[in-house]
Amino acid sequence: MNAGRRRFVKLLGIGAATIGASLAGVSQLLRHLPLVKGDSDGSAENAPRKWGMIIDLKKCDGCRACTEACKIAHHIPFNQEWIKIYEVEDNPLTPPYHLPRPCMHCEEPPCRNVCPTGATYRRKDGVVLINHDRCIGCRYCMTACPYSARYFNWGDPPHTQEELAHEYSPEEPWPHIRGVVEKCDFCVTHGEKGILPPCVTGCPSGAIYYGDLAEDAVSNGQELLKVSEVVRVRQAFRYKEELGTGPRVYYLPRG
Amino acid sequence: MERAHESIISPAARLVILLVEEQLTDEEMERIIFKPIIKTGAGFYAVVAVLGGLVALGAYAYYVQLSEGLIVTGMTDIVIWGVYITNFVFFIGISHAGTLISAILRLTKAEWRRPITRMAEAITVFALLVGASMILIDLGRPDRMMNVPLYGRIGSAILWDFTSILAYLAGSMLYLYLPLIPDLARAKELKGIPRWKQKIYSFLSFKWKGTKEQKMRLERGISVMAIIIVPIAVSVHTVVSWIFSMTPRAGWHSTIFGPYFVVGAIFSGIASIIIAMAIFRKVFGFEKFLKPRHFKYLGLMLLTLNIAYIYFTLSEYLTAGYWGQESEGQLLAAIFGGEYATYFWIFVIFGLLVPAFILAIPQTRTIKGIVFASILVNIGMWIKRFIITVPSLALPQIGSEWGVYSPTWVEWSITIGAVAGFMLMFLIFSKFFPLISIWEIKEDPTTKKHVVDGPEPTSSKSAEGTVQIRSHSDSSAD
Ligand code: SF4
Ligand code: SF4
Repeated sequence: MNAGRRRFVKLLGIGAATIGASLAGVSQLLRHLPLVKGDSDGSAENAPRKWGMIIDLKKCDGCRACTEACKIAHHIPFNQEWIKIYEVEDNPLTPPYHLPRPCMHCEEPPCRNVCPTGATYRRKDGVVLINHDRCIGCRYCMTACPYSARYFNWGDPPHTQEELAHEYSPEEPWPHIRGVVEKCDFCVTHGEKGILPPCVTGCPSGAIYYGDLAEDAVSNGQELLKVSEVVRVRQAFRYKEELGTGPRVYYLPRG
Repeated sequence: MERAHESIISPAARLVILLVEEQLTDEEMERIIFKPIIKTGAGFYAVVAVLGGLVALGAYAYYVQLSEGLIVTGMTDIVIWGVYITNFVFFIGISHAGTLISAILRLTKAEWRRPITRMAEAITVFALLVGASMILIDLGRPDRMMNVPLYGRIGSAILWDFTSILAYLAGSMLYLYLPLIPDLARAKELKGIPRWKQKIYSFLSFKWKGTKEQKMRLERGISVMAIIIVPIAVSVHTVVSWIFSMTPRAGWHSTIFGPYFVVGAIFSGIASIIIAMAIFRKVFGFEKFLKPRHFKYLGLMLLTLNIAYIYFTLSEYLTAGYWGQESEGQLLAAIFGGEYATYFWIFVIFGLLVPAFILAIPQTRTIKGIVFASILVNIGMWIKRFIITVPSLALPQIGSEWGVYSPTWVEWSITIGAVAGFMLMFLIFSKFFPLISIWEIKEDPTTKKHVVDGPEPTSSKSAEGTVQIRSHSDSSAD
């Protein structure tokens, strides 16, 4: 082995060691840095709430009243349906049924994990929000969300006086602006004030229940359900929970 | 010792060198290679005008997009990425042409690389610039681009991309620049170079005099860069693929994507070098340097990568299709026999199989054949990137409604502008810098004078016969 080659091998060794060490370092960082999670110290720090939702598929008839109520309350641009009604089919033997899909406010949200800027973040109370002042509009989060819960403002959203007068915050994200991603905000400001979201109150059949899972109680405005019990008795499921997203929305099957 | 030395270069090969390589004196070589820098014909301006027009068209389309928003594209809330991301992957792929290949050939001491490394390295820099700008063009808020370095989350594959592409750009610029230094020092002394150009050259070549010490340091620097650039280049296309495979989507979430993309990148990269070589060979009369054997060697490399890509493609689709989740099945049905089948089979037949046959059969492995295959490969690989990007997005995640995507004139204009911009940068480069590394050819140990002047081979007759055949087949390949 001549000197040159020996040096080359040595260089390669050093290179490999450096790469190895930095990989190990990065994986350590990945575990510890708050950057990775992008979680904010949201206002709900002192109150460890766990906002969640239960949707009774037996009651939903696909009338889209929730969608419309949400649209009005959030001044949503026309292309978006923060809670959208899909027609789905479990298997060829059962009839198709309606599945209202809000943002699931995943406990391990892929949308937040891929966001390059931390514009998408998860509050301590589990609500996943988007900071429109930071979003660069790369739409990577939209490719990652398994529920198609996210929408993009492709052009200038139409405005109203009332909408423009409002002060923007990620919790109440309007006035809407062009070039950023939007989605259901779980009406966290309503929840904090003890008010039910418009989709819940707007549903004529009371199919949507909303509440604090930490308190084990959700309500549709007419009745109060004990979450742990109804989930067990009605054999609730979470949509695509096998993906490991940990959705905060439980569905009660038509049964 | 002497015998061992002789056996490395066979008598026949030595004569080949004698006849084919040594026809050029240093002066002639410089005359040919520096000619595009000194003399500029009307044809050049015509081509620049056309390309400039196309770039302007792209710029206008981007202006429209900036003022109206991405709504002027065909993208929707379901198919949220389209032609721009396809272009991004395509150009980043091409960028692997250069630096990676030139670095590998340098490190393995493949002496035939010498006339092609400069072009390869230049391709890398320009393709990277165009590719990276595609991401910017795709952003909803390009004004906030700085949020990525400012607030970057290391958990996001886009940040990995940002980092490795910047590193690759910096590295490949340096790697293009270092071997340019001796040539620029020479260019400065040429007759017929305007003063302002001389100033640029003397600024860029520092105080290069070509002393032993300087040469040693330069060679050292180039070797170090060649070693550094290989892992960076591999990382770049790996993390590009990870953008896709880190998402829970059918067709994207695949463990094979890293190597699959890297192989695809080198595949389309080699094809791009071949096309560039063929063009400059004709336009600037580089036939004396870019010989049939260069096309053949690159053609064989292309064939190797072609087969590797067929293998990866088979392996990817077969495992997903044989047993896959329902969504994978739906996706493959759409790709093989549905909405996207036309694109897919064009890619398979004209982008993979036809080139493989052209390159594998000696009768078609001529310069024309190799260049034709390279063009097919590049078109095919663009389509392949489209098929990676769009169908997985169009696939319904809930319900059964597929997304639709048809690119608008804005997207096509920007795409055409990008391709034209890539060519334009190359063309302008050719007017400032020699496209072939002159000093490296002069240093080529296989053509060094002492080899040629060595003792005559004993059986010169049979050797001559070999030469006849060799040079005959070389010229017939054209
Ligand atoms: S449903 Fe989609 S948008 Fe909502 S938290 Fe989960 S991944 Fe994010
Ligand atoms: S579009 Fe905005 S929120 Fe989504 S990943 Fe990009 S920066 Fe984050």
